[in-house]
Formats: sequence, C-alpha cells, structure tokens
Amino acid sequence: MSQTIANPPDIHLGTEYFGKPVNRVDGPAKVTGAAKYAAEFNVPDLYYGVVVNSPITVGKIIKINSAPILRIPGVVQVFSHENVPTLAWRDKNYKDDIAPGGSPFRPLHEPNIMFNMQPVALVVAETYELARYAASLLEIEYEATAHQTNLEFKRKDGFHPGKEKSSWTPPPPPRGNPKEAYEKAPHQHEAEYIHLAQHNNPMENFATTAEWLGDGKKLNIYDKTQGAPNVQKYIMNIFGLSKEEAHVVSRYTGGGFGSGLRPQHQVFMAVLAALELKHSVRVSLTREQMFSFGHRPHILQTLKVAADDTGALQSLQHETLSETSQFENFTEMVVNWSGVLYQCENVKLDYELAKIDVYTPMDMRAPGAASGSFALECALDELSYKAGRDPLEFRLLNYADTDLNEKKPFSSKKLRECYHQGAAKFGWDKRSPTPRSMRDGDLLVGWGMATGIWDAGQKKAAAKASLTAEGHLTVSSATNDIGTGTYTVMAQIAADTLGLPLTDVKAVLGDTTLPEAPVQGGSATAASVGMAVQTVCKALGEKLLKLAQKMDKSPLKGIDFENVQFVDGQIRANEDISKTVAIKDVLAASGEDKLEAEATASPDMLKQAPYSKHAHNAVFVEVKVDEELGTLHVTRVVNAVAAGRIVNPKTARSQVLGSVVWGISMALMEESVMDHNFGRYMNHDLAEYHIPVHADVHDIDVILVEEEDDIVNPLGIKGIGEVGFLGVAAAIANAAYHATGKRVRHLPVSLDKLL
Amino acid sequence: MSSPTIQVFQGPQDHTLPVVVPVRPVTLHINGQDRTLDIAPWTTLLDALREYLDLTGTKKGCDRGQCGACTVLVDGKRINSCLSLAMMCEGSSIQTIEGLGTEEHLHPLQQAFMDHDAFQCGYCTPGQICSAQGLINEGHAKTEDEVRELMSGNLCRCGAYTNILTAVMEVMNANASKA
Repeated sequence: MSQTIANPPDIHLGTEYFGKPVNRVDGPAKVTGAAKYAAEFNVPDLYYGVVVNSPITVGKIIKINSAPILRIPGVVQVFSHENVPTLAWRDKNYKDDIAPGGSPFRPLHEPNIMFNMQPVALVVAETYELARYAASLLEIEYEATAHQTNLEFKRKDGFHPGKEKSSWTPPPPPRGNPKEAYEKAPHQHEAEYIHLAQHNNPMENFATTAEWLGDGKKLNIYDKTQGAPNVQKYIMNIFGLSKEEAHVVSRYTGGGFGSGLRPQHQVFMAVLAALELKHSVRVSLTREQMFSFGHRPHILQTLKVAADDTGALQSLQHETLSETSQFENFTEMVVNWSGVLYQCENVKLDYELAKIDVYTPMDMRAPGAASGSFALECALDELSYKAGRDPLEFRLLNYADTDLNEKKPFSSKKLRECYHQGAAKFGWDKRSPTPRSMRDGDLLVGWGMATGIWDAGQKKAAAKASLTAEGHLTVSSATNDIGTGTYTVMAQIAADTLGLPLTDVKAVLGDTTLPEAPVQGGSATAASVGMAVQTVCKALGEKLLKLAQKMDKSPLKGIDFENVQFVDGQIRANEDISKTVAIKDVLAASGEDKLEAEATASPDMLKQAPYSKHAHNAVFVEVKVDEELGTLHVTRVVNAVAAGRIVNPKTARSQVLGSVVWGISMALMEESVMDHNFGRYMNHDLAEYHIPVHADVHDIDVILVEEEDDIVNPLGIKGIGEVGFLGVAAAIANAAYHATGKRVRHLPVSLDKLL
Repeated sequence: MSSPTIQVFQGPQDHTLPVVVPVRPVTLHINGQDRTLDIAPWTTLLDALREYLDLTGTKKGCDRGQCGACTVLVDGKRINSCLSLAMMCEGSSIQTIEGLGTEEHLHPLQQAFMDHDAFQCGYCTPGQICSAQGLINEGHAKTEDEVRELMSGNLCRCGAYTNILTAVMEVMNANASKA
C-alpha cells in the first residue's frame, strides 16, 4: 500500500550524513567501468540499427531504394515511412511529460522533411560495422523546397506563445511606466545581446538497447534518458504496450543537461525494430547525430535599463525573440527573472517566438535563465559604468527584498551574503574601476561580476524502502542520476532517517518498476526525491516501532513515534535514551525476513503559496587578455551560492565547479554555427563545437553560503544544479570589458571580437 | 504559390556492388588475457572491446578521436581506441579500465578520483583515469599547468576538471615521494 503524506513532520533527522561531504555511493562502479550505460547492456543475439538522416532541410522523400543494401548478407531490414506498420499518429500519443505545445515530431511517419538531419530511415544489420556501412549506401531521392533557418530574417514575425506547457509561466504584465521612466532617467543604456544555438552534448551519445524477451511485445528498454517513466509512457502510447511490456531502465546516464528530458528518436527506432523483428536491437546515435535533435535556441534580446543619480534602477525593459520549430512552440523562461532579481518599479518583460525550419529547441542547463541572465547582467554592468557606480555596489543598491513580479516575500534569500562573502574571497575591494587600468606584465587584467537566480522547486515523487533481517536497507525510486548525485543523496537521507550506517544502505533508481518520480531536471530532484525517501523511511520507522512494541518486555511500549529517535541502528525513547531496541532484533522477533514501505511526498502548496522561492548566486571573475593575440583566459573565479540546505557539500561543490566550466564554455566557446544555405549546423562534432578542456580551467573557489529555509520543503533543499551556472558567462563578458574596454554582446567572446 | 523544387540524391554515386570483407580471427592480449574473436577488419579497437568483448568500461563519446573517452593503454601508452583498428593491436598488451583495478582492489587513481569527486556522470571517467596513468607513465608532466595541458585530450562535459587535476596531482606526488 502506498500512502501520501502531504506534509510529513520534520522527524528527527540525524546529522551523521546530511550535510557531510561523503563520497558518491556510485563512485566505485563509475571509476572501475562497471557502471552500465544504455548502449552497454550486451544482451544475446543483438542486432544493430543505424539511423540515416536527411541531407535536405525542407521538402519530401520521393523514393527510398533499399533493395541493394538488403541484398548484403547480414543486413536485416530497412525501416522508413514506406514500411513502418500503422502506429499511433495522434499528437497526444507522441506528447511526453516535457513536450511543449504543438505537434510532436513523429519519426518515420511521413515522407515530409521539416528539418535538416531529420531521421528518415533505420538500417538494421547483424553487426554494428555492417549496419554503419549499409546505412552509408542507402539510396534516397528527395525533392527539396526553400527553407528559412535564420532567426535574423524572422525579426518581424514574432508571436506570443500560449500557455501550452504547465511548467512555463508567461512573463508578468508590465508594471509602472517603464517607457516614461526610461526617458526621464539621467543614465540610460540600450543594447542588443545575442547568442546562437548551443547543443547540450553530454559525453554519452543517445542510445537505446531494446531487449526482446521472446514473448510477444515484452521488452527491456535500456535507454539514455533523464526520466525512465517519461520514456515508458511515450513508448506505451505510441506502440500500444502495457507497463509490463515497456520496462524502461536507466541506471546510469552519461550526462544530460536537459537533452534527456524528452524521449529522443533513437528509443522509438530501437523499440520499433525490436517489435517488428522480434529481436533485440541497439540503436546508438553518433556525435554528429547529437546535432539532429534539440538545442538551446538562438535568442535575440534587447535590454533598455535606466538609473537615477543615486544609482537606483528606474526602468528595466527586457524583450526577446527566440527560435522554435515549425511544429512545436518551445518555451522557456528567459525574461521573467529580470523582474524578480532587482528592485525596480517600472518593468516591461516580453517573450516572443518565431518559427524557422529547425528541430524543436529543448531545455539546456538553466534553460531560459542562462540566456536571460547573460543579457540582463551585462546590461546592468554597462549601466553601472554610466551611472558611475561599482558593479557590485550598483547591485547592492538595487537589491530586491521582495519578489515584485508576484508581490510576495522570499522564503529565504541570502544573496547579500553571497555578494559579501564572494567579494571578500575574491578581493573585489582592490579593483581599479577604470577599464584597461589593471595589468599583469603584458597582459590586460579584467575583473567582472554578475548574479544568478533560479527557482527552488519540489515536485511530487514516490519511493520505496525495504529492510532485510540482516539490517540492510534499500531505498528506491524511478528517478535518475545524471551525475548530480541522486544515488548519494538518497542513501544519505535514508541512513539518517533510520539511523543506519551508510554502508548498510543501498539506493536503487532508473527503473520503471520502481515508484514513480518526475524527470531529473530543473534542480528539483534532491528536494523531490529526497522528501520521498525521508517520507518512506519514516513510514518504515513507524512499522518498526509498532513491531518493537509487540516484543516481550519492550521498553518502547506506549511511546508515540514522535517521541522516539533512530540512532546507531537502534530505536530509542527521546525521554530516556537507555530505553532502546536494536532494529535487527525487531525483525528477528517479528519473524519477517523483510519489512517494506512505499510512500509519496508532495509539496505543501498551502505553506509555499505565500512565498517566492529561489536560489541565488554571485560570481566574481578575473580574466587576462593578450591584446596582441586577442586570447582571453579565465584565471580566477569565485562563485558564492545560496541554495538552501546542502545535503552533500562534496557533490554540491562539484555541481558548482561544473557550472563554472559551463559558464566559461558559454562565454568563450559554444555556438552551433548554421550554414543557412543548407540549413545544417556546420560544426557538428567535438573538434569544432568547442567546450573547455583541462587547460582552459584554472582557479575556482566555491562558497556554499548557509541558508535555512523550512518553506521550500521540510528538508530545506533548494537544488544546486543550475543556479551556479547563472551569472558566470555575464561575469566573464563583463571582465573582458573591464580588461579591454570592448563590449562583446554577441556570444561567444572570441578573440576575433576582442582584437 | 509553390516554391521551386530541387532534386537531391542521397547514397553512393557509383553503383558498384557493395563489398563486404569477411570476418577473420583476431587475438588480442587484454588485461593479461588472450582473447580471440571473429571480427571484420574494419572493426575499431573500441568497438571490439565494447561490442565483442563486453569490456564496456571503455567509452564511446565521439568515435573521431576528439573527446578521449575511449582512452586505453597499449603497451603502456595511452591511445584513442576509436582511432585504432583492433587487428592493428595484435601482439600488443592492451590495458583497459577493467584491468586497472576492481571495486575490491581500487587502483590509486581510482581511489583518488573517488576521494576528490573527480567525476559526475562518470562517462568520461575511465578515459580520464587511463589517460592519467598514461601521463604518469610518460613522466613529462610535473606541474599543475603541465598536467592540465597534457590531459587536455580528455573532455569532461560535467566540468570536473578541477577535481580531476587534484586527484592526478595527488597520485603523481605520492609516486614521486615513493621513488
């Protein structure tokens, strides 16, 4: 039986592990290569499928000639719209939990081509080498028509998307009189900020191993995803499978950064081939094919900001145009946070989409906020110079004590402490305000800073706990660990709640036979799954207490659950800790070989509703620029983050370190460059799509600012996966200006733009 | 109004019959053991390990020698196994992450990677560890900047570079003090 506890009381939480820098519990599997990712389940009699992609951008397939390659011994089948069996075709069958509004792409459904590299066929063979070769020989005839892939040509075609996705909130209506306030203010700044598309590029390519279990439609689907339940529903809806038939497993995920939130086409392909051929099939995408679906959209942003002579913000106008596909309206919150982060009475926020001939964009780490914060934080930096204020002083002058978008107080906000602690650690007070005034030998030195804000969210999630007679506890949930540390957080919270050593606790996840949890995303997993684990361990604790009270001469008879604690493998009475029963003895006396509980934890909406819930950070950056070569190095970063209670400072620090690397990447390297003649991204590999390497990353200091918050959830967790990334790109661009006196408003800040 | 259309053909321009070279036995000396398998000559060492020998600790991130996830040690030298054909490695001694240590007996680099949280998703990790062992074998890198430079063939999208550097320096320094 599953029980729902909307607001579990904050029972005794031992601090043996919570808040301690324990090593990742999945570490041994990862450092020895034992951890199995989706393409690594080597089931017997495996076929390999290789996807063939369209070379045209818009048009249709006239003919597919698969006969020549089907004559090659070992080539099994070619799947395309010409021979795919009748499957579900309605939009609702293809809509996953994360789908935006519109009509989702249906792989191999029709001859129409809507974007370049659209998957058009799957070649299946007995070996990978053969499938790859045969795929290169597949003859397809197309009729191409005109396409438009350049957002610049769609500047006048923007439209306001409807609220078609529950997780997306449209910008709030304007407040005050931003236009008039701007005209009147003595210090004004207006500029456009741009970045092109960016691709998530997790290290593990998307792959699915669909294991046919020799019994009708029953499959084990090992998939690369950030949410096994989401994939399961998608597959069930398209192929008409039951939950038992579509068993999705995702134990380890080699990075996601948002790319695994929606099911991608390789899972469709693998399942299709497995069901049709009654055979196990693996489909792995190549790195090039990782550019055939989803990306952070190309966005054009205009900022108009103004301040008075005291440095107070008078007007803030943030307007954007973002690309989407012809068939779906991808929405993310780019501008909303601009109305929350600073105290300003006159604000106008606007968010428009324009349709071009690309695949639908998708969430990429800190979706929306990463783009918006880059533009906002650069614009405020520019205004601070015009107003004659230090950039940090300027932000402190305009510090928001309430959320003016929603007119609500913050559940907690330690951003001021982030500013102070970060600045102190960095030595910000030694900054010379004038651009080009700091040097290290021949190098120009620049110091810049910026701020970030992200939502703190808890979602409904379920978990199961199972305790054996030997005292081994297993906690499980169908959530995912994309490297964020979910395994470890689950084990820590379970061990503390039941007072067991961490070595006796095992966390299991990434399997649709486990209690359902939402996709791993939005920095909400530690809070959501953490609360589910605490709730279910508490439920198991109640069962244990009842059994303990049934024991002969039990010292715990008549004591309420609220009045006991679980410590060192024992249940103890709070009032007299000499009254104890060992947990192992309880199970032995009960005669049960194991004790189980299942529970769901939901956010306490009533308690949360009056508050605005956010995590914040402040980033301070030093860059050094060789003026003759234009080369820029990020030599020093201090990132101070306030994200509620930190379950594990070791893994949390790693999240922030990685976020800084992402910031360096966004600021200096990443852009997916489209050849608009062909409608295809040109730099579709890791040699030309640049991300930082070891040599690009230098001193990074992470400060985890203490922040208590019992509104967000009883554990006080806000999540840290995205917030640390915010502000980093802007701080680097601002530092580049301070060093060189040149403003680069079109990312990346590459050397050609600095020369 | 219909826009002009262009005919586009995908596939081989000549229509010579496809040639498939038959499989042949290849013996590889991997992690101290001889393993014989029947593979086509165009099978990369990486695919031989992952698809034919179930040694999936070696990862495929790009298949183009651009990311380093597939790094293994061949006769003690680090190579990208995606850029090597398996049959070119006959007669060589190949070491993969599985041959470096086990969960019960971790190699010092594996232990240091755990202690310093030098990974997140774990996908580049075996390549980083094998590359670090190759770097130590080479003996060229002494300083942090030299390690950064000489580990730059191994990408980590999670951005664990800071902690990888700490882990590698710790093992390098421990080796140096023992020597």
